[in-house]
Order: sequence, then C-alpha cells, then structure tokens
Amino acid sequence: MADVRLPPTLPPLFPGLPRRLELEVATVGELLDALDAQWPVLLYRLSEPGPTLRRHIHIFVNGDRAELDTAIEPRSRVDVITAISGG
Amino acid sequence: MAKTVVIAGTRKGAFLLESDEARRDWQVRGPFCESWPIYHAIYAPESGTIYAAAASEWHGASVWRSTDLGETWQQSSEGLTYGEGPLKLSKVSGLTAANGRIFAGAEMPGVFESRDGGATWSLLSTIEGHPDRPKWNDPENQPPGHLGVPAVLQHPDDPTHWFAIVQGIGIFETTDDGATFATRNQGLRADWPLEHPDVGFCVHKLVMSPQDSNRLFQQNHVGTHRSDDGGQTWIEITEGLPTDFGFACAAHPHDRDTFFTTVLDGGHGRTMPDGKAAVWRTRDAGGTWERLSDGLPQRDAYLGILREGMATDTLDEPGVYVGTSTGQLFASTDGGDSWTEIASYLPPINSVEVALVDA
Repeated sequence: MADVRLPPTLPPLFPGLPRRLELEVATVGELLDALDAQWPVLLYRLSEPGPTLRRHIHIFVNGDRAELDTAIEPRSRVDVITAISGG
Repeated sequence: MAKTVVIAGTRKGAFLLESDEARRDWQVRGPFCESWPIYHAIYAPESGTIYAAAASEWHGASVWRSTDLGETWQQSSEGLTYGEGPLKLSKVSGLTAANGRIFAGAEMPGVFESRDGGATWSLLSTIEGHPDRPKWNDPENQPPGHLGVPAVLQHPDDPTHWFAIVQGIGIFETTDDGATFATRNQGLRADWPLEHPDVGFCVHKLVMSPQDSNRLFQQNHVGTHRSDDGGQTWIEITEGLPTDFGFACAAHPHDRDTFFTTVLDGGHGRTMPDGKAAVWRTRDAGGTWERLSDGLPQRDAYLGILREGMATDTLDEPGVYVGTSTGQLFASTDGGDSWTEIASYLPPINSVEVALVDA
C-alpha cells in the first residue's frame, strides 16, 4: 500500500477525506482515479483535461517529482503538494 | 422588517455584511468559501441562495453556494469544463440568476448554466456564429488569462433572451437561448483599429434599468454609454465626467433615468482621479452628472473599483454600495448623497451585491 499525503486545502472540499491514507495503485494517474472514485470531482481539483496535472499541483513519489504516468510501488510515499505560490 | 445583506466577493473569500433596513450598523461575517478567490458573488431571490464564482490557482474553478445566508457552504465544479479540446477553463466569473437558472460566464469565453441550484453545470454556449469568432476566440490570439465572459445579463421576462459580454470584443445578444447571437455594439467608441466593425469593443459593465428593459447603461474602457432600444444602438454620455475610463456602474432601482458610475484614471493607475474618491450620478440619463463625495475620502485616496464593485438595493430610498480593490466598502442610504465606510479592512474586493431578506 502506498502512503499518500494530501494538502490541507482538499479535506474541506470533500467530506470524509483524510489528510493521509493508504492506497493500492500502480501509477499517479491511478491514484487520482482511485481518489475520484471515492470523492467525486477530486480528480478535477488536481488535474485538467489532457489529462495533465494542474500547473500549481506538484506530486512527489519517494521525493521525486512525478507525472500522471509515474509508477507507484507498494511501499511508496506519495506527497501531493500545492505549489508555494500566492500572496 | 427585512434584513439587508451585502455580499462582497474578495480575493480571499466571500464576506457578508448584515444590517436592518435602516442600514446604519453592520455586522461582518466571513471569510467564506475556504478563502478561495471570489470573482463574483450574487444572491438569487427565487431560491434564497448565495452563489460565489471562484477560481483557485491550485484547484481550478468552482461555484460555491449557500442556502442559509452563509451558515453552510457547498461547492461544485461538476460540468464546469470544456473537456478535451483547445478551449481551457481558467476561471468562472460573472454570475446571474433568473427564471430558475444560474448562468456563469467563463474564461476562456463561454457561458455555463445550472438548472439544479448549482449542484451541476453544463456548457450552454461558446458564443458561436460571428464571422470573426474563429479569430478572436483562437487561443493563439488571446492574452493568457484575460479573454473571457465576465458577465451575462438575463432579460427579466424571457428566459431565452440574454446578453453576454466578451472582454475586449463586445456585447452579444441572443433571443433563442444561445443558438444564435447578434452583436450589440453599434455606436460604441473604440480608440484602436477594428479588424471587424462589429467587434473589438471593451465593455466593462452592462446594466439594465429594472424599470425599463430597453434602457441599458454601460461603463466602457472608453466612455460611458446609454441605450434606449435594448442595446440596438448606443449613445455616449461621457460629457461631464472627469475621465472616460471606469469599471463599475449601477442602475437606480426605481428611476430609469438615474444611473451611477465610478470613473478612474485610465492609464496604469486605474484609481480615483487626484486621489479623491467619488461616485458619479446622473438623474437625466446622462445629460448631466453630479459628483457625490460626502463621506468619501478626499485626500490620498487612490481607490480602485472593479467591474462588479458597485450595487444598489431596492428600498424606497435606495442604498448604493461600492467596494474597493483595497478592501474598503462604502454605503449610501440616500441614493448616493452621503456615504459611510461600513468595512475598512477586507481583502481586495472584486464584487459587491446586495439582497433584502426577510428577517
């Protein structure tokens, strides 16, 4: 199971969504689909038609910057980060 | 007795300012909508729902809604997408609600609608049909993040009749719910070359008199204008105003000849001329103008007012409300004659609307 950590801006939008959860997925794309299956429209909050990650959403797998096709291993740590931007 | 609720959409969420009909003492609540940037927040009297068009840099566009005057909020972006293709949705902005429908103008240019109270949305139109549309709607020809539909104006009596503003292009009118459009820019001024005579006009804010649906006013990038024939033709009424540039304007609720605007320096500043704040009022449909400044700051007040930054209520002595891009909210309870600062330190205000709600 991958150890997935989400940004604090998401749980207020999706009742019941935790900041941290474990999921069995093979890629970042599958991770987003799995989250969207349980919390509909969550996919849209992190990605855009293309599909592609939103410009200011960064995902890291074991500390490396990831894209939708990046592989996730069973014991991977996945961090979903909102970009350090804004003021 | 009715409660007066001013809804401010700001760069850091929506805020509600509440008072009674006297409108002397105000209570501020907020920020709502998780402090997402709110581009326009409205009240739909039919359902008693507040809607707030939002776009997060992180999480995209959404429309928030509250059916209990801000106590609880939900948001939905279901259907707010152009899908696969060249058009990208960067934000939703102008909202309007009438005849059981909510419209949301979008950037890139399009109009979405909801028929279920904001739970889901569907694309209604991308303003098709004009011969120059392929050129002005080509993403390659658009400044990023700037060309959109900032406002939709619904006709009060006919659900299929509405106007859409496309930024920098002009007004489009449909009487068949978006199947076909006619440009409504005849008589407007453009201080730049036009590639097509029908389009290329920079309409900042379009309002309709509640007393006469043929009486329209607009504050334009160049000039203040009036139409007496439902937008078929426009007459410039700028003479008497200190500049020809502004964003926000509002119609008087009871008098078809009275109209308010806020003009700004038109260069980079886009703030109140000479640092002296004023709202301008005409009572003769633009023949003459009065400078209204009693209670507004007259020194070092470089205030900006954005396109949705002004509203009027519908009380017998109507209130006028102006929100600034530096977070002040001013209210007048005597039709603009005098003003009071009812909030001083809100985030930059993008929109102001007002509702009268049964207490």
